[in-house]
Amino acid sequence: MADNVTPRVRVPRDAAAGETITIKTLISHPMESGQRKDSDGNTIPRSIINRFTCEFNGESVMEMILEPAISTNPFIEFQAIVPESGTFAFTWYDDDGSVYEESKDIAVS
Amino acid sequence: MTMSTLKTAVCGLALLAAPLAASAEELVVNGEIEMITETEPAAHLDGALSTVRSGWTFRTTETKALQMDDFENPAMISVDNGMAAWNTADGAEGKSCADCHGAMEDSMEMVRATYPKWNEEAGEVRNIQMQIDDCRVNQMSAEPYGLDSRPMLAMEAAISSVGRGQVVDVAIDGPAAETWEKGKEIYYTRFGQLDLSCASCHELNYDNYIRADHLSQGQINGFPTYRLKNARLNGTHSRFRGCIRDTRAETYSVGSPEFVALELYVASRGNGLTVEGPAVRN
Repeated sequence: MADNVTPRVRVPRDAAAGETITIKTLISHPMESGQRKDSDGNTIPRSIINRFTCEFNGESVMEMILEPAISTNPFIEFQAIVPESGTFAFTWYDDDGSVYEESKDIAVS
Repeated sequence: MTMSTLKTAVCGLALLAAPLAASAEELVVNGEIEMITETEPAAHLDGALSTVRSGWTFRTTETKALQMDDFENPAMISVDNGMAAWNTADGAEGKSCADCHGAMEDSMEMVRATYPKWNEEAGEVRNIQMQIDDCRVNQMSAEPYGLDSRPMLAMEAAISSVGRGQVVDVAIDGPAAETWEKGKEIYYTRFGQLDLSCASCHELNYDNYIRADHLSQGQINGFPTYRLKNARLNGTHSRFRGCIRDTRAETYSVGSPEFVALELYVASRGNGLTVEGPAVRN
């Protein structure tokens, strides 16, 4: 179980129709790879964010599978074209079954 | 390509390059906190430095950019943790930092710019970390964090973050003068098998390379600093230790009176720069 997991997202508040915008996301997470051992020689179980999705008004923008080699506090930056005003919904899926969600509105003029 | 089109192309490049270069030389965090990254040396330096430069000015464009936006600055996660700890009750007294000090933004704004500072009751110069643990033990009856521990650095980073943009102005006169003199002596004392003083690198050779590393002036206005090499916050004293270790000397320990004195002296060399902590460095 990962503690202190906080998702953070930055989306521009407004944009022009058809404009390409940059979205930045960051989630604080240890991303324990499952390859390491503790001081007693026991394997530290894997605990990572394994999937990330972004949807805009219910439509998939991007989906990403994360693997154990991705480092602590994954930072994901990508671009999207926004056709209309709406809401971006971001979801991170944890190995332990937790789901972290965040959403941001954008106004398109 | 004819000569005239070639000229136009070159001219176009120059026009493009100019604004980029200018923006790379000014440190403005989040588009609002304007930093002083180069300034006149304080009077006590007595000509030892021709100009005082923040460590930020020695880094690459990419590293510089990380510090210009809180979303990109990896240290801000620790700042959030420090802010949360500030508002969380801990210890037998059931008090949080905020119960006495109120909002961090109001009460701690000038702290990072003025520490290390003489503490009249204790009769010694103290840095922020010593003050935090003193508060935890004596006011909150909580376990001390321990100097340069992760929760300590997170708290120090949070306190520093609310003071960003304030001009560093540590007092070196009055009761702190004795400690300051001691710090100055350590700064100019050669240590270790390599026989190096702080000044050998950071005063006489800044801007030059030491192996693959670009030497800065060793200013500490950006501490606690997120270092890309170990991907965590680093405290001033741990950094001093690393430096002295590299001269192949026995080092003083974190929190020792020697390092507090050195911290005061080094901070005073950066009087006039702005608080940048938590900064991003190599």
